[in-house]
Amino acid sequence: MKKFSSLLLALCLVLSLGVCAFADEGGIAPEDLKIGMVCIGDNNSGYDIAHITGLEKAMEALGVPAENVTYKYNVGENEEAADACYDLADNGCQIIFTDSYGHQTYTQQVASEYPDITFCAMTGDLAAASGLDNLKNAFNHTFESRYVSGVVAGMKLAELIENDELTDDNYDADGNVKLGYVGAYPYAEVVSGYTAFYLGIRSIVENVHMDVRYTNSWFDPTAEGSAANSLMADGCVIIGQHADSTGAPAEVQAYHEAGHTVFCVGYNISMLEVAPDVALTSAGNDWSVYYTFALQSMIDGTEIPTDWSEGYNEGANYIFPLGDACAEGTAEKVEQIEAGLTDGSLQVFDCSTFTVDGENPTSFLALDVDGDFVGDEGEAIKDGIFYESDPELRSAPYFSLRIDGITELTTEE
Amino acid sequence: MTNHEPLIHIARRDGLVWWRAWCIRLAAAVLALLVSALFIYSITKLNPVKVYAAMWEGAFGSPRRAWVTARDASILLCIGVGLAPAFMMRFWNVGAEGQMLMGGCATAAVLIYGGGALSTFQLLLVSTVASVAAGALWGVIPALFKARWNTNETLFTLMMNYIAIQITCFLVALWENPKGSNSVGVINQQTQAGWLPALFGKQYLLNVVIVLVLTVAMYLYLKYTKHGYEISVVGESENTARYAGISVKRVIVRTMALSGAVCGLSGFIAVAGASHTISTSTAGGRGFTAIIVAWMAKFNTFVMVLIALLLVFLEKGAVQIASQFHLNDYASDVVTGIILFFLLGSEFFIQYTVRFRSHGRNNEEVQA
Repeated sequence: MKKFSSLLLALCLVLSLGVCAFADEGGIAPEDLKIGMVCIGDNNSGYDIAHITGLEKAMEALGVPAENVTYKYNVGENEEAADACYDLADNGCQIIFTDSYGHQTYTQQVASEYPDITFCAMTGDLAAASGLDNLKNAFNHTFESRYVSGVVAGMKLAELIENDELTDDNYDADGNVKLGYVGAYPYAEVVSGYTAFYLGIRSIVENVHMDVRYTNSWFDPTAEGSAANSLMADGCVIIGQHADSTGAPAEVQAYHEAGHTVFCVGYNISMLEVAPDVALTSAGNDWSVYYTFALQSMIDGTEIPTDWSEGYNEGANYIFPLGDACAEGTAEKVEQIEAGLTDGSLQVFDCSTFTVDGENPTSFLALDVDGDFVGDEGEAIKDGIFYESDPELRSAPYFSLRIDGITELTTEE
Repeated sequence: MTNHEPLIHIARRDGLVWWRAWCIRLAAAVLALLVSALFIYSITKLNPVKVYAAMWEGAFGSPRRAWVTARDASILLCIGVGLAPAFMMRFWNVGAEGQMLMGGCATAAVLIYGGGALSTFQLLLVSTVASVAAGALWGVIPALFKARWNTNETLFTLMMNYIAIQITCFLVALWENPKGSNSVGVINQQTQAGWLPALFGKQYLLNVVIVLVLTVAMYLYLKYTKHGYEISVVGESENTARYAGISVKRVIVRTMALSGAVCGLSGFIAVAGASHTISTSTAGGRGFTAIIVAWMAKFNTFVMVLIALLLVFLEKGAVQIASQFHLNDYASDVVTGIILFFLLGSEFFIQYTVRFRSHGRNNEEVQA
């Protein structure tokens, strides 16, 4: 028995050596791949959980041992981010991910000093402009899952109209149904998201108008709740969100229990637990697609593209399971829309479906090269389609057009 | 017969020989480690010795880690040094957070608006002056009110923090890069204009040197100058001070200007010497943590060096165990809490002596 096991061990060794030799062409064997992951929060934050589980899934799929990753939790968007990156680099990590936008400038600083280590600033936008070969950016097509979640909300709205469940308060002076959206910051990522959500709803119900309220925080349950409350008090029927807490859905549930017709759509996590009667679905990101791609590239020794952005076509986006409140036929409709997004026959930002100041946009420059926050180059609109997060331009969203039908309420009341 | 002697009798000590005081502190530290070990083992089943080793690794495990620890400890120390004169005057300045933020904002403003026009030396000079002035202003305002109308300085300085935090938020929104991202990003990333330069190739050596010079200077100022003497007299009793011909109002305003100025300078070191950005996390509660530093050191700036190092060591250690053992940060914060509890608690046993009620037999003897 002992002989047999040692033979087996030897066989394993030979085989793994063979694998090593095979992967030697600049690549790294999965068991030798050391990964660093810098998180802005920890396993209490839905945003970080999405990244951590994505990375773990990727490692498992590629046979990278779990102990090969070092996490740095609760890393602020200041010198702590640089400290964490330096430390991971000193400890032999070959690829380092930072999961928050604000980590990026520090990631860049460290990347410039460690040219042999690959740094991926997730959701960042500076990689191409930095001129560093080892700095990468990645962003899912979140706008696609937002569009699909908008379709879910639109189906519900159509049902409410058909059953005559809306009151006069729910319509504005022009006869449009009122919608609300709780946004974090007036930032392109948020603008791109709420516009996609709105267009998703409008693909089902044409006469809609959406108000957007900002909380000026990515995570602030109280502010998100009160923003939702003032939108609902204004007569909004659907509350969407781009902020990371459950503050808004909880308030929508309470307002619903008080006898009002309101429903909500969440982000990143299922809201069914806090809002069982009103949560329709949530828009989701599957980060494991990118992490698998990046780690596979390290193992194969191939170059990771500077900008990576994929959506339904690669399975990087999805929506959470539909709530009981969803209208009949929603699942079928979602399936149809998702199929369209997957094969590319459906484009979220088809310029014929929306207007800016009354006109269909024909040109949008995505990239700002002189630092004035106005695009100077990189045409995003081709053949009447606004290509958001086009890896040729930039993976981070740049759709910042304020389209007709949406009002940003920026002033506090 | 009823017994009137309480179960526990607490009396103030007349004074303890220094080595006995340190024995008590050492005992407290050992006890803290034992209780933490018990907590660690019962909750996580990890070997406490390994966990302590990991904490040490996290703070001093590599030259870079040691420098980061030194950098953070020196900022904490700088604030503590700033608080020392105010506390010695019994002026409860809990506004260090705001004074530091104002200094940080002033520095960031100089770096942003002067980045293209001035040389790094000029930028550093201007931002030092600006941060000192901004911090001093934030310290003087509550002092003036205290001196003129005898307002409560604890509440006043606390409220000034919130104003400073809101000003910082406003400036972040004004300077954010890119628009809407709520982040200023690294200021002058390409040119590094206005950044504290490396000394002998050590990036944070200058930070440490500046703060150590301040530490020595503040010690001398408080101990050997007329100003320092006036501060301690005002702290002991305002009436005595007045009787001795000291202008209490002037001392209050002057001392708070100094206190705020040093706290403002800590904001300069944090922005120009460490983060090269500005946000509310530039202070991030360190203005409050420094109160512990100043108190535990009894306003002795040299002892503050040790306390600041200890606190930063605990923080870095906590981060390391979170990362190494996949423990939630909160678990390691509990360990930090236990250690601080024991160390702060030990001061009680140094100040006071505790006697338990003696047994009945002895009581009878006493009564007889």
